[in-house]
Amino acid sequence: MAQSIYSKVSAARNVSVIQPRAGAGLKAEHVSIILEEQPEIAFFEVHAENYMGAGGVPHRQLEAIRQDYPISLHGVGLSIGAERPLDKEHLQRFKILNERYEPGLFSEHLAWSTHDTTYFNDLLPVPYDEPTLERVCSHIDQVQEVMGRRMLLENPSTYVAFEQSTLSELEFLSAVVDRTGCGLLLDVNNVYVSCVNHQQSAEDYLDAFPMHAVGELHLGGHACDEDDEGRPLLIDAHDREVDEAVWRLYEKVIASHGELPTLIEWDNDVPDWPILLAEAEAANRILARVHSLKEAVGSVRAEGGQGGEARLAG
Amino acid sequence: MPVDRAHEAASFPGFGDALLDASLPTPTGIVGPDGNPAPKRFGVYRNNVISSLIEALEQTFPAVQHMLGEEYFKALARDFVVAHPPTSPVLIWYGDEFPAFVECFKPLAPYPYLSDVARVEWAWLQAYHSQDAAPLDPSELAAVAPKDLGAMVFAVHPAVFIVQSSWPVWSLVAANRFALGEAQVEIDFSDGQSVLVTRPHLDVELMRLRSGGALFLEKLMSGATLGVAAEETSATDHEFVLSDTLTDFLSLGVFRTLL
Repeated sequence: MAQSIYSKVSAARNVSVIQPRAGAGLKAEHVSIILEEQPEIAFFEVHAENYMGAGGVPHRQLEAIRQDYPISLHGVGLSIGAERPLDKEHLQRFKILNERYEPGLFSEHLAWSTHDTTYFNDLLPVPYDEPTLERVCSHIDQVQEVMGRRMLLENPSTYVAFEQSTLSELEFLSAVVDRTGCGLLLDVNNVYVSCVNHQQSAEDYLDAFPMHAVGELHLGGHACDEDDEGRPLLIDAHDREVDEAVWRLYEKVIASHGELPTLIEWDNDVPDWPILLAEAEAANRILARVHSLKEAVGSVRAEGGQGGEARLAG
Repeated sequence: MPVDRAHEAASFPGFGDALLDASLPTPTGIVGPDGNPAPKRFGVYRNNVISSLIEALEQTFPAVQHMLGEEYFKALARDFVVAHPPTSPVLIWYGDEFPAFVECFKPLAPYPYLSDVARVEWAWLQAYHSQDAAPLDPSELAAVAPKDLGAMVFAVHPAVFIVQSSWPVWSLVAANRFALGEAQVEIDFSDGQSVLVTRPHLDVELMRLRSGGALFLEKLMSGATLGVAAEETSATDHEFVLSDTLTDFLSLGVFRTLL
């Protein structure tokens, strides 16, 4: 195997800080080509649980990637919404990864995945009510304390609602931010999926989103199905390109709130690297467009009046 | 840890149980946008849970999957997932009970070697994720004075695993996991084989152990000196050749250090 690629010795790591540009989910099958071609990617995001073995190829790959790129640590199994207490051993594994790889961002989901002793390997929905809010906040407090850093909480994609919910998802997320000081990871695909599934307006949802707390955006592909009544039911499959409707929402978010680190997620039916890279480049084009627009407007403001506008037109 | 059932029932009424047991109804209070019960929507979660865990098993046991065919493996894995769902969020540790499950699965009784193939694949995964460690440099052993060799005790490399079988398990794994599409590997079902799984560097290595090799290594792993382990193995297995076996072990990095 290409041992030499992973055993590169470098004087210093790339910085941890993640720029507001496009990143990609790291897949083992892409590591060799990434190390060889050194694509312009702002960061790679890894699922923490894939790097909890003691040693071997996964760590060697991540060490090598980390030499050249910032990374973002994304948990899928902390089960922050669960009834049962957080798994302290699991949280320790996160702490070890955090210390070892110095990720620029750290995030988890508003979801649960454990019950009694079972781990379900899915991001299951929580009811939006006061007892759940209290529990989620106390779990996030615990995570942030052990990790010694702020976490970003990701908005879920959901297929069902709970009759017992007394708050909206936005009220719930805003309250979590207020009470814990955590940040948010805004998954624009999840917004679209959930809003279609619950017959709400994704635009309205995004207009009301607590953007001040957002530290990262996610984009990914979804599959289409039908619900019990034959209405569209979108599935957060991460198995294809980002949908056009999601790109449009993303551009609106960026245009209104500025550039943010943006991850392309593609976890199933993983394509060849150039296809994933093309998705990241598409996000970068939107980010660059918004950036140059902002600069242009800025220079108009600085010049003041006609001079600036003439320059722009020219 | 005592589980507060009453409190749980209040938050996710029956959600977890119904995920794994398709005969249970959709939990009450789980609704679609119009407030009606939504079994099909709930089914998305059921499907995500079951199919993602089946997929994890497919990745860990590709030779078993190849031998059974995709459809059969999926059905078997589904039964396993429901009976033995994971207890840890670290899925690289999921499936340790699968070989025993295969062994006890009645419809597969005519294929008693399958569980040992699964054991080799489980060992492969353990070796893949095991602690990195530099193997013993053979020159260190060569430097030991011949009169002292018999008293040597080894620390075994953390990636070393042995699977002993009364079936040709090395050949079966080779044919169904690694040599796909290549010329047919000869399988002699009367040939019991023992397999050494290890990872001296990055790549997992699989080797068919020579006669007496498994016994010899087990004795060394339990702390016997080289002399005692060799003597006891020779007494049990007359085909055991110390020099050949030791050469294999040194070349595959079976030892970590001399103690």
